Amino acid sequence: MAKPIKSAASNRPTSRDERPDRLIERGHHDMGGLPAGRVEPSEHDYAEWERRVDALMVLLSGVKGAPPRMSVDELRKNIEALGPEAYDSMSYYERWVTSITQTMIQRGVITTDELGRKMEEIRKRREDACKK
Amino acid sequence: MQEVAGAGGGQYATHYTAVAARFAQGDRVRVRDSAPLGHIRTPFYIRGHVGVIERYCGAFPNPEELAQMRDGLPAQPLYRVRFLETEVWPDYAGRAHDTIDIEIFQHWLERAK
Amino acid sequence: MTDRGDIGNYQPLTYFQLMEVSLRELLVEKGVVSEQAVSDAVEDMRRRGPDTGAGVVARAWADAEFKRLLLENGARACEAMGVDVPATRLVVVENTARAHNVIVCTLCSCYPRMLLGMPPDWYKSRNYRSRVVREPRAVLAEFGLRVADDVAIHVHDSTADMRYMVLPMRPAGTEGWDEAQLASIVSRDCMIGVAVPKL
Repeated sequence: MAKPIKSAASNRPTSRDERPDRLIERGHHDMGGLPAGRVEPSEHDYAEWERRVDALMVLLSGVKGAPPRMSVDELRKNIEALGPEAYDSMSYYERWVTSITQTMIQRGVITTDELGRKMEEIRKRREDACKK
Repeated sequence: MQEVAGAGGGQYATHYTAVAARFAQGDRVRVRDSAPLGHIRTPFYIRGHVGVIERYCGAFPNPEELAQMRDGLPAQPLYRVRFLETEVWPDYAGRAHDTIDIEIFQHWLERAK
Repeated sequence: MTDRGDIGNYQPLTYFQLMEVSLRELLVEKGVVSEQAVSDAVEDMRRRGPDTGAGVVARAWADAEFKRLLLENGARACEAMGVDVPATRLVVVENTARAHNVIVCTLCSCYPRMLLGMPPDWYKSRNYRSRVVREPRAVLAEFGLRVADDVAIHVHDSTADMRYMVLPMRPAGTEGWDEAQLASIVSRDCMIGVAVPKL
């Protein structure tokens, strides 16, 4: 069970702190000031798929001059919507690719059906290639 | 309403219809202790706290609205607000002159005495 | 997903890797992006790294007028120097004998990527984002940096449109150095604020 979260203005714990409304009142991503552990100075070389996710966001948000298809605010909103367990267990670019894809569905650039069929197609393509 | 150039970015300054700026450098302001739904860029930890306007950053489309696929206009004035760490955290273990500086949109700020 | 593991060049995709391939192929099919544009954007970000920021710091150390411009309008100063920082409203904060600055984005992981390249994992971590606003001196000590009691710490939480970079103090013993030498002692961590330049 997480330590009681203090209310903003007074930083005193209140009787509200243990209730489920706290999960909604404060977003799980909104973590400034919460107790946490030692900062591990970890780094990793970004994988190519991660770099491609990053590149897609650059292109879709209009940084390179093409008309923007989404905003960075929608990216953030859809990451914030993942829920605590998913947010904590997914890697940074796993969160990004999920969020960008959700946004494209919300915007009507792609449909759920198109995405599902494409994922099945790619999966099958990979399996066939692995069998060779 | 006024036409305001987005501050800072050289060739990336853009002109938006904007809400007029109410605060100036040096003004004492309080962050509203509000907890609505939606996408919010005012961190939870700073709500209800009092700081000083360090600078006016310009007016920008409201991210709360941009997140909902709306244009976020009229642009909202954005300020850097400086807070004493000792005011924000009663158990702050650093020095009395340490600060936290946060960008906060005008609609989250009230004048403080 | 196949459970055969790596087979030549064909590796099983995770669910999220499958999503990335699928999303990209759909967007290309619909003419929203091209494979070339994706590839070009990947290469553009790969080229961006802390060296760029270090060059800006070195110029500011060597040229008082450039430093003044940099502190007044970071992006405009970078452009004047020929450093392209698209879509970045850059605020450069200066370390002095009285003040030490450190940057964070508690809400997500905003970072001056166009100037410094992609951020390190720790900058995006729960532990950094949670604790540096509340106990900056302890977090900096974990990085091996002790800030003196008479120096104020200013933590900058980049919650909105500005992006921040720290202009470290020029260390003693660098008199007469050229910009390349000066840049060589400016690490990424100095420009985030968890380190200071060392000779």
